[in-house]
Amino acid sequence: MTEKRYVARDTHVASRLMGGEMMIMSTRDSTLFTLNGVASVIWEAADGKTPLDEIVSEQICKEYDVAPEQAMMDAETLVEQLAGHGIMIVSDQQIAPRENSEVNPK
Amino acid sequence: MQTGLMHEMGVRALRLGIPMAVQLDITYRCNERCVHCYLDHDDHGEMTTSEIEGLIDQMADAGVFFLTISGGEILLRKDFFHILEYARKKSFCVKLKTNALLIGEKEAERIRSLAVESVQVSIYSHRAEVHDAITKVPGSLERSINAIRFLREHGLHVIIANVLMVQNFGDYPGVRALAAELGVQCTIDPTITPMMDGNRAILNMGIDRKSLAEVFQDTALVAEMPELCGVPLTPDEEVLDSTPCSAGHTACYVSPYGDVYPCVQFPYATGNVRKEKFLDIWNYSPQMNEVRSITIRDLTNCSVCVHGGSCTRCPGLAFMEGNMRGPSTADCEKSFARTGIPSENLKRKMSSPPSLVQISF
Repeated sequence: MTEKRYVARDTHVASRLMGGEMMIMSTRDSTLFTLNGVASVIWEAADGKTPLDEIVSEQICKEYDVAPEQAMMDAETLVEQLAGHGIMIVSDQQIAPRENSEVNPK
Repeated sequence: MQTGLMHEMGVRALRLGIPMAVQLDITYRCNERCVHCYLDHDDHGEMTTSEIEGLIDQMADAGVFFLTISGGEILLRKDFFHILEYARKKSFCVKLKTNALLIGEKEAERIRSLAVESVQVSIYSHRAEVHDAITKVPGSLERSINAIRFLREHGLHVIIANVLMVQNFGDYPGVRALAAELGVQCTIDPTITPMMDGNRAILNMGIDRKSLAEVFQDTALVAEMPELCGVPLTPDEEVLDSTPCSAGHTACYVSPYGDVYPCVQFPYATGNVRKEKFLDIWNYSPQMNEVRSITIRDLTNCSVCVHGGSCTRCPGLAFMEGNMRGPSTADCEKSFARTGIPSENLKRKMSSPPSLVQISF
């Protein structure tokens, strides 16, 4: 069985949904990112407690017309990219909430 | 910060009518008494902690992304860190403006842990005798510099804000050198703002036309000299249909008493968050919508001025000069200093006959 993966927004970010896209700024170096609607769903759901596959199955596949395998692959790629930019944490264990990270950035 | 994405974000906010950036002054009280300050430092009934929390909630719901927490001196509020933590939990991009006198190692560490985007510190001179004479607090330069070092040691993005006035004009190269030594950014601003009650006496501290020209012609400060200082293009139809600045369009200001203005430098009361919802003021205030309705075409003088498309005209300064659709003479002076070409407003002032009634002593 594949190990569960958990994702959480890094604490050194600011983010806000604007016109259906998520605007994210890394407060480490003021780099700005934007996420499209589907990626924004993953960003908002990244609470460190919900496994990525559950986010994909419950929030992506039920809302969007996409094959589960494809959706999971795309989600994996996205979270790795965000982790590479230092704005998301990916772990095979649940990620404890830390300062600034409790609130959904709507 | 990438200007492309930033520009795109601003365009989207404008299209959607979102107040993308808000400056919130949490107090007007201050532990310095800067000679050029436009504020009354008495407390006339600041918002309580819970009122500010409620406002922060409303601003998050309204889509505010950039939140500048300023004052007065922000650390004079005992609940400052509570407010900051609350704002960060709501995922704002928080910028702070402070004189840093109350920032020691512990405070710097706390600010870092709350992932503040930048901290702006006012420094008037690299020489204590000049800086301290402006702040009227002996030892203030040393304390502010020590604080900047603490902030830098914790990896924070620090910006020195250097306001130019008669008292410190010659010192800006020294301040820039100090900023370089400290490893921080430095901004220079020759704008002195009238008091919020309309008193314009402090404008006498502003640097004169010759000094202003020196600043704009300083190649160490201005990277793109020909573009900035060249002959401006007459405003075309696109420029005439554009709006003057972000005030009231994608940005606004909230005072410690809950008053909402288009900008900190534009004291046109549009509502109070103690009486109305923030978003109702933003969306429906007649005053905010009046500000929003003004295009370059509507501006007396400026719409026919050669600088109309390139001027830094501040509608707030124009408002304080008596007409928000009129010119801001301070910005006319800047355009003149940059290009050597007088604005329509300056031409009119220069050609005005002297007053018929004069008193000599």
